[in-house]
Amino acid sequence: MAELEVEIVAADHHVWAGAAKMVKARTSDGEIGILPGHSPLLAILAEGELAIEPVNGARMAVAVDGGFFSVDKDRVVIVADNAQLQDGAASTAGIH
Amino acid sequence: MGAQIRVYRQKIASTTSMRKIFKAMELIATSRIGKARTRVAASLPYSNAITRAVSAVASQSVIDHPLVTSPEQVRRAAVVIVASDRGLAGSYSASVLKQAEQLTGLLGSEGKEVSYFLVGRKAQAYFDFRERSYARVWTGGTDAPEFGTAKEIAQAVLEAFATEYERGGVDEIHIVSTRFQSMVVQVPQVVRLLPLEVVEEQAASESDLLPLYEFEPEPAQVLDTLLPRYIESRIFNALLQAAASELAARQRAMKSAGDNATDLIKKYTRLRNTARQAEITQELSEIVAGADALNAS
Repeated sequence: MAELEVEIVAADHHVWAGAAKMVKARTSDGEIGILPGHSPLLAILAEGELAIEPVNGARMAVAVDGGFFSVDKDRVVIVADNAQLQDGAASTAGIH
Repeated sequence: MGAQIRVYRQKIASTTSMRKIFKAMELIATSRIGKARTRVAASLPYSNAITRAVSAVASQSVIDHPLVTSPEQVRRAAVVIVASDRGLAGSYSASVLKQAEQLTGLLGSEGKEVSYFLVGRKAQAYFDFRERSYARVWTGGTDAPEFGTAKEIAQAVLEAFATEYERGGVDEIHIVSTRFQSMVVQVPQVVRLLPLEVVEEQAASESDLLPLYEFEPEPAQVLDTLLPRYIESRIFNALLQAAASELAARQRAMKSAGDNATDLIKKYTRLRNTARQAEITQELSEIVAGADALNAS
């Protein structure tokens, strides 16, 4: 099965990167779930939580306070002013 | 004669203690450059992503956004000057300010007024001394800029940009800062932040082509949110590069100051030794002359 290549960047640092099965985000219009094969999209993030389901490991939550994300050929780039991993998922997924 | 030796001794002592300060500052700057460069590198993914997104929106929708369209007539321009808080960095601040003066001259010749936004105490001191007015100033932390500062600056200039000319608004925004090219080369540069120059780029290969994005909610709203962020990230990047440049300039300045101090100490030590020898010689010849006089009588 195809995978999403997810990258989360904050203004002054790289937050997380890795492969995922699904990304769930909250936009200004409502929640949106992204699965592999999604059409190209550029959307504004609303303040709140993102959920990422990595290929390996447990689902993780990321708190963001505004930003945007783009989806392009199974590549998801999440750009936030401030992004914070909610639990200890970072250490197992590997921060770059 | 004794007085002369004392003067040289004092000079040697003071130069030695100054050299200690120079050495310490050089070491501090050296240790901080690495961190500053890492921060420049760490901010790159964000600014790359944002630049890509802005060009994606810009290339696909017919843009009619106040931040992108140039006004017919530019009457006032904002200039953000990024200098340092502290001196002892050689010509770092001076060259940025010189560049800013050149820009002012250029804008003036085009019939535009200039309103200044200053970063760093050195820039502030420069303007205060010449009793020139400026719109706002940010000081403190030029050698380790925070994203919050960049945000504040972006907010201030965007606010000025949104205001009409009659009420003190500006039609153009330039930023004068120093680009960190390498440890030895830092170039003062002028970048026009607003209105954006939308460059139609030729895609290098198939994979570089931007896909046809869907926008959520609407392209105009996406652009509304993106552009201020883009400006923030540009300003933040400029601040980070300026910080790295400042530290590199300081390190170089302190290195040559330390070397000069070493040279001076050497020179004064020689002079002191000559003076001491001259004193001894004189004393000897006085004693000899005295003994001769006694013998002769």
